Amino acid sequence: MNFWSKVLTIAWKDALSEIRTREIIFSVLVFTLLVIVIFNFAFSANQQMIELVAPGILWVTFAFAGVLSLNRSFIMEKEQACLDGLMMCPVSREVIYVGKMLASLLFMLVIEAIALPGFAFLFNLAVLSPQLIAITVSTTIGFVAVGTLFSALAVNTKAREMVLPILFFPITVPIIISAVQASKLALAGEPWTKLSPWLQIIGTFDIIFLAVSFLVFAFIIEE
Amino acid sequence: MKRKVLLWLSLALMMASLYLVFIYVPTEKEMGIIQRIFYLMVPMGWLALLAFLIVFIGSILYLVKRTSKWDTLAYCSAEIGIVFTTLTLITGSIWAKPVWGVWWTWDEPRLTSTLILWFIYLAYLIVRSFAIEESRGAVFAAIVGIVGFVDLPIVALATTLWRGMHPGPLIFQGGLAPSMLLTLLVSISAFTSLYILLLIQRVSMKNDEMELSTLKRLSS
Repeated sequence: MNFWSKVLTIAWKDALSEIRTREIIFSVLVFTLLVIVIFNFAFSANQQMIELVAPGILWVTFAFAGVLSLNRSFIMEKEQACLDGLMMCPVSREVIYVGKMLASLLFMLVIEAIALPGFAFLFNLAVLSPQLIAITVSTTIGFVAVGTLFSALAVNTKAREMVLPILFFPITVPIIISAVQASKLALAGEPWTKLSPWLQIIGTFDIIFLAVSFLVFAFIIEE
Repeated sequence: MKRKVLLWLSLALMMASLYLVFIYVPTEKEMGIIQRIFYLMVPMGWLALLAFLIVFIGSILYLVKRTSKWDTLAYCSAEIGIVFTTLTLITGSIWAKPVWGVWWTWDEPRLTSTLILWFIYLAYLIVRSFAIEESRGAVFAAIVGIVGFVDLPIVALATTLWRGMHPGPLIFQGGLAPSMLLTLLVSISAFTSLYILLLIQRVSMKNDEMELSTLKRLSS
């Protein structure tokens, strides 16, 4: 098998176990909607206020959802020693990284694809523009690129799920800032050219951290 | 011997920079006396960056070579770095209060980036302390040391662009006067020499610690 078919096998394994257990997507989705509802109370929302804070709410929610589902990605493997089995597979560590990363990306995108219309519906916003979809997809790639690396790291520490957010949030600050700012512009109906500096930062982040994570991942799960 | 020389060199440079900061350099006309904090804040900020650069290099070398001396170097440098990042944040707020009337302003990208920097290296230390075995903790920390440092330019870019719409507060219009530049340079070299001294001291302490724990293990 070549690199990509091995990668897809690992990603498919995750997708299959998700279809059977419904552990990640369903629970994270409920969590996501709850966070949106809670935010609504926090800002005792009138429409003007919502338009101001909506991009912030959106990205705080997605960042939380990301941490939650990425944590699951490797805790699941640690239970019943699945990770040992995965490491015994005759594939390189990089294959495991890309496979797990693609599976997490798929889960996050499914969650966002359902949460975004829910968000638009609850807050009366025109969320579904091509700009916003581009922002969401590119930022989510950045989330899972570092998130998969840190999730594998966190699960091997004493504090497990506590470690991921501590690592994940400071590193993803630049794309969270960029996503919020770009979403603000997108919601205001600005053209692509206005958004492009922010999208460039997100794109740079994605490329750099896909490469760095790919290179250092092997050191985390060696035994 | 080397340490003795460094100690006296740091002391002499510190004294010289204190003299320059408080007596020699003229008071800046726009901001007044508070501007003198600049000669402490900038060297400390520079030192934090230097310390984290050493963490980055030490982390890469540790992952490649797997000799514990590189990990010790990275770890000790991270500790010193976080101390100086904390001091930069504190002096930064002391500066901000009289100049902008608030202890903290999100309009100043350098302040925001420094805060993120502080969080990243706090995570570096936390990850290490949460590791199950020390050797794995070293590997995990090395990874955070690499990822964190690569992230810094992107953080700086994003925070600058974030508040870029309205002009940020200008610290100096038209560059530094020669006397100010001299004071700054002496202060920077004083802090750099202090950093090297602290690093050598901390690394040798850490080596002693490790030796002690090996001896303890052997005797029990």
